[in-house]
Amino acid sequence: MAILIKRETPVLILGFTGRIGTFHAQEMMDYGTNVVGGVTPGKGGTTHLGKPVFNTIKGAVAETGAEVAIAFVPPPFASDAIMEAADAGIRTTVCIADGIPAQDMIRVKRFMRRYRADRRMRLIGPNCAGIITPGQAFAGLMPPHIYMPGRVGIVGRSGTLGYEAASQMKARGIGVSSSIGIGGDPINGSSFKDILELFEADPDTDAVVMVGEIGGPQEAEAAHYIRDHMTKPVAAYIAGLSAPKGRRMGHAGAIVSAFGESAQEKVEILRDAGVAIVPTPSSFGETVAAMLARPLQRAG
Amino acid sequence: MDIHEYQAKALLEKCGVEIPRGAIAYSPEQAAYRALEIGGDAWVVKAQIHSGARGKAGGVKFCRNEAEITAAAESMLGRRLVTHQTGPAGKLVRRLYVEEASDIASEIYLGFVMDRKAERICIVASAEGGMEIEEISADRPDSIIRVVVDPAVGMQTFQAREIAFSLGLDGALIQKAVKTIMGAYRAFRDYDATMVEINPLVVTRAGEIVALDAKMSFDDNALFRRPEISELRDKSQEDQRETFASDRGLSYIGLEGQIGCIVNGAGLAMATLDMIKMAGGEPANFLDIGGGASPERILKSFRAVLNDPGVEAILVNVFAGINRCDWVAEGVVRAVRELDLKLPLVVRLSGTNVEKGREILAQSGLDITTAETLAEAAEKAVAAWRGQRKAA
Repeated sequence: MAILIKRETPVLILGFTGRIGTFHAQEMMDYGTNVVGGVTPGKGGTTHLGKPVFNTIKGAVAETGAEVAIAFVPPPFASDAIMEAADAGIRTTVCIADGIPAQDMIRVKRFMRRYRADRRMRLIGPNCAGIITPGQAFAGLMPPHIYMPGRVGIVGRSGTLGYEAASQMKARGIGVSSSIGIGGDPINGSSFKDILELFEADPDTDAVVMVGEIGGPQEAEAAHYIRDHMTKPVAAYIAGLSAPKGRRMGHAGAIVSAFGESAQEKVEILRDAGVAIVPTPSSFGETVAAMLARPLQRAG
Repeated sequence: MDIHEYQAKALLEKCGVEIPRGAIAYSPEQAAYRALEIGGDAWVVKAQIHSGARGKAGGVKFCRNEAEITAAAESMLGRRLVTHQTGPAGKLVRRLYVEEASDIASEIYLGFVMDRKAERICIVASAEGGMEIEEISADRPDSIIRVVVDPAVGMQTFQAREIAFSLGLDGALIQKAVKTIMGAYRAFRDYDATMVEINPLVVTRAGEIVALDAKMSFDDNALFRRPEISELRDKSQEDQRETFASDRGLSYIGLEGQIGCIVNGAGLAMATLDMIKMAGGEPANFLDIGGGASPERILKSFRAVLNDPGVEAILVNVFAGINRCDWVAEGVVRAVRELDLKLPLVVRLSGTNVEKGREILAQSGLDITTAETLAEAAEKAVAAWRGQRKAA
């Protein structure tokens, strides 16, 4: 079953007919993802890659019953597309765009809260690689063959570092239930904690790997959740041990500006919460294998 | 993006914040003339660099006459000012701001930030102005007032009024403080700032509230819609290696080490630097080539890394998702040939089209060390760098 996306989930592509949308929609369909159509304002009524194109997300949802949307929309227009998806009743939207202004994201998150919890959209990203349930379906940019189907969940800010984790696990015969990229922006749709809650509740996931980095409070928040509420073992790597304070390391959100935001501090907080620390970016495979081999021991 | 104090003050003034009379000067003569234009009998000459804590570094001087102004200006212009925020290299002073001296009764701290936990704009204020906010939160944490803005309606006047009363102000000062706080909020919102800091905001003996110092930073992701902010960029205040790279569309951060890094993805790039450090080396830079990198982009990346004269070895680490290893390999081969690269080079490729990529490197006949894993790549890069040192 896994989380957020599975074989039969109907997926809608926002920015469907553009060069990037076309390329990734084709990759997703080749993998077996149930792409039901796309949206490009002004091109409604046509077909693209054999699927219907709609002018509005509401129109697309009414016709196709789409539940997941993935937005290949440039940053200046991405916040508008996310709000349209939230209003149209999409369950989960994945936003790839890197470069959305922070104040736009503040507005987007406030807007999503207008809807009652039971019909409130979940946003993944922005500035992320997407979501995949190996062997079933994906909505994102990832090379799907590096993920082996299995029972360990992955949640991370960085795309390529997530690939690194998945491929090291595959090399040791450890498979992935779902892998979720939450993105590198300072204000993002879903936090580590939001995704850990889903993995904790998912019967197809036995353990979770967290790929964090410097900057922001979300790794510490996740540590508290893991300590107090998680029954499944968690391993974590934090990138940026060598990052200088006050410098933005590529991701808009990767900057140490407050106490508890450096890699060292995050590692300590996570270790105290009973998380298995992945000491180097080349020891994901080793640490996860060791974690799966021993019974969970967590204080309190 | 950061801007200078005088630029921040001009933006704040447009939004209704009172500032002391002042003007910009590029020479000692001009500084003295500016003081004459401003009038009065006491002035402050302030070095314009992208850093706080300028006072302790000799970048802020109180002057009573023309001779003092000229001397102060001469002591600053053309010098590199070193503060705890600039790093050991310091920042070059090319502009001065000459300002009328203010008669200070009390000092307030007023800051606006993006609160990542609340995911909203947050106002931070304290009656203990003049100190840095880190010092205030260490010494007088109870003096800090925090107010969060609801993005649906924006900041409300009552919130500014509450801050003003909490700061211990009264009488006519309340209205003036409200105008200042609301004005600074509008500047934050309308210019897509990520930080506005007025420290100190002073109450003068004449009963005015003026911004004595001001700092603003802006969201790089929003500059496309703020041309009036983009044009305030002062490249002389940036690391020249970073300016070179950013002019070529690359995400690059200059560091102090000797091993140049070319990586795809910010997270993997950070992890690669960590790995080099663990292997006993020091990275010279952070560089994320981004997704879908063409051979031309790889070539540009090599140019950016080699623009740093401290680089003694190079490590390329690409885990291709939307990238393709064959394009990366083509770019690497072209870079080595076109730039006549003599430094040791270690390349680790993984992901999409990896066999094709490795084949291109192998058939090139060039002296390129390859690695399969991240750990192997870092170890080989550090070993190659040590070998280079011995040979030199």
